[in-house]
Amino acid sequence: MMKAKDIQIKEIPLDPEWCRTFVSDVSCGGQVTFTGTVRNHTGDRKVERLEYEAYVPMAMKVLEQIIDRAGERYPIIRCAVHHRLGSLELGTSAVVVAVAAAHRKEAFEACMFIIDELKKDAPIWKKEISPQGDEWVSSRP
Amino acid sequence: MKLFITCFGPAREITGQRQLELDVPGVTTAGALRSYLLNTWPDFRSLDVVRVAVNQAYAEDDLTINEGDELAIIPPVSGG
Repeated sequence: MMKAKDIQIKEIPLDPEWCRTFVSDVSCGGQVTFTGTVRNHTGDRKVERLEYEAYVPMAMKVLEQIIDRAGERYPIIRCAVHHRLGSLELGTSAVVVAVAAAHRKEAFEACMFIIDELKKDAPIWKKEISPQGDEWVSSRP
Repeated sequence: MKLFITCFGPAREITGQRQLELDVPGVTTAGALRSYLLNTWPDFRSLDVVRVAVNQAYAEDDLTINEGDELAIIPPVSGG
């Protein structure tokens, strides 16, 4: 059912447009691309940048399993998930999830499912660098 | 049985090491390893959850671990 998936975890800048192009397909009328970027605050805390690390080989496997689970739930045709590592300045793209399906509803839902599951299960960590003290972030379900 | 365990994120700061080398009798399951870690470094108890990965997959507590397995401590994740 799924024609192609692409998973990357890397230290170099992400390219959301590349992901969007990767998932485009004439059989798909809906392409949804989610881009998560570095925000300048968490609640009342000021955030200056984020530092990401990952257990890369396991994270690659977990992301593949998440995409496969998304493919069992939603008729998605193509999918790309890219995650950035290292020290990221404000506004930088940290994650891109691109999904294509025949119709918009399943593309939106599958994209949401993948980013939600990524946040719950992918062995990736971020530390907020803040003038109020650096802090590892705990996932907030 | 000699075990090598990689520590990520906050687990690395709690243990002070990226890689632990343990040789503890009785630590033969993922659950026993988790208990050992929580008892040895009580700061782990401040985390919401501490999972153990065996050969790059999350392990249930009753999973047997063997010498040569790839082991990792997985503190609460925060990707995305």
